[in-house]
Amino acid sequence: MTEDINKTEKTELPKPEASALPPKKKAKPKAADAVPEVPGLVVSSSPHFLNTESVPGIMHNVILALLPACLVSIYFFRFDALILIVTCLFACLLTEYLCLKFRGKPIVIYDGSAAITGILLALTLPPSFPLYGAVIGSVFAIAIGKQIFGGLGLNIFNPALLGRAFLQATYPVLITTWTEPATIGTVDGVTAATPLALMKFEGIASDHLTLFFGNTAGSLGETSAVILLLGGLYLRYKGYINWKLPLGYLGAMALTGAFFYFLDSQKYPDPLFHLLTGGAMLGAWFMVTDMVTTPVTNLGQWIFAITAGIIAVIIRNLGGLPEGVMYSILLMNSFVPLLNRWTRPRVFGKGLTVETKGGTS
Amino acid sequence: MANNPSLIGRFTRGLWSENPVTVLLLGMCPALAVSNSGVNGLAMGLASTFVVVCASSLVSIIRRLVPGEVRIPTYIVIIAGFVTLADLFLKAYFPEVAKQLGPYVPLIVVNCMIMGRAEFFASKHKLLPSIFDAFGTGIGFTWVLVILGSIREILGSGSIFNYVILSEEVFVPWVVMILPAGAFISLGLMIGLINYFKLRAEDKAL
Repeated sequence: MTEDINKTEKTELPKPEASALPPKKKAKPKAADAVPEVPGLVVSSSPHFLNTESVPGIMHNVILALLPACLVSIYFFRFDALILIVTCLFACLLTEYLCLKFRGKPIVIYDGSAAITGILLALTLPPSFPLYGAVIGSVFAIAIGKQIFGGLGLNIFNPALLGRAFLQATYPVLITTWTEPATIGTVDGVTAATPLALMKFEGIASDHLTLFFGNTAGSLGETSAVILLLGGLYLRYKGYINWKLPLGYLGAMALTGAFFYFLDSQKYPDPLFHLLTGGAMLGAWFMVTDMVTTPVTNLGQWIFAITAGIIAVIIRNLGGLPEGVMYSILLMNSFVPLLNRWTRPRVFGKGLTVETKGGTS
Repeated sequence: MANNPSLIGRFTRGLWSENPVTVLLLGMCPALAVSNSGVNGLAMGLASTFVVVCASSLVSIIRRLVPGEVRIPTYIVIIAGFVTLADLFLKAYFPEVAKQLGPYVPLIVVNCMIMGRAEFFASKHKLLPSIFDAFGTGIGFTWVLVILGSIREILGSGSIFNYVILSEEVFVPWVVMILPAGAFISLGLMIGLINYFKLRAEDKAL
């Protein structure tokens, strides 16, 4: 009996609808295929909000947003930058492939997540960094930073930053050896201090405009703030990142920087300097906004971004290192599960004490 | 626990199937702190083996004399006595190693591996099984520390048991491996690998 009813419903109902209504242009998600479409009445199980975007689609757009930064770094540091990016990219992809093969999982290296890790890792390295070090960092980032936790979506820490932190501890000298961009010096490979190191250890402030366009020494992706900003705004335009995260991060950095600046303007740099130097832009637009390693709730995202921004400036101004973006994000990454739990929104209708005077239960 | 396993069984259990570091996760503090070179690992392992064997023997001998209420303080006093012996011995004959190990030799007193053997085994068994059990545990502790220390020494300083095998020109040492972070990473990977092979062996056996 029930089978018959189902059959009649299935065969009779959808057909007139399909012929009567003009074909809808919005892409129909696969999960809803089985449900007949009745205007005003859709019966389906959750999730009810679906869109056509996929992980590879988002990841490829992120790569697109990172591309200008890569090109600018290649312009500034020439062959060094190119070979470093390519090395990190292929080392990450190869590690991802081997890990997935070893774990017996489907090979999904084309989804672009490992490629992003590789590019981001390369962008955090100094141009003169040796290639074997870049390979070690890539392997660590993917194998220990991501695959050991179960792969994409399950990692606690941002893999690229974890790889960078490992390299920082592994090669503390090599990773702080910076060279001038090829656009300044006539001789290749002249070592130079980054604007942050100049500020911290010698008290020399750099010109804001130079920092904005990035004609300074530094990591590949640290130099040009404007290009990173463009890439980030593109991601914002596509709706892949929540504006709260970069805004909270950069805003907290600026306010904390301003606080220190007013305490002692001789010793500490001004807030704008903080935003334009080092990994601030790269971190704010591409690492703080990582979908996997940031909280999911609005309040959690505010707390995450603002605390990370404050920590970054505190490390820069008071800590022993010239740069604090990496550790600030990694530190807050570890709080994400807690933040998600603390800031869980109230389920509609729950947790309210409804006064029922003499009412029915 | 099997009813009456052989003495050899008591010994080998500590080596692999109930290894204090890789399986029971006891004695983590020395395993992480002093495994930055092969020699340090060996010295720490042997000192701990000495203490655990002596303490377990003594606890086993006096197990009927000690009232249950004060057994833990009694064990600690016994262990502390032997630790002092080991500490003074190292300081007298191997001052360099003693300097490297620093406060971690006196800290053997609170190594839960030793307390665990005394509490769970020696206080309930006769002398001979207790000695074999403690010896197996101590050797199990030692081999893990030596391997861990060697891995960290090779990667962190390019040498093994203080013999340089990778010169600075060929290999830039990974500083992180001598730092605490390297201890956590290498121990975690080591335990993970051992568990992986164990599970695979169990799968095949089924």
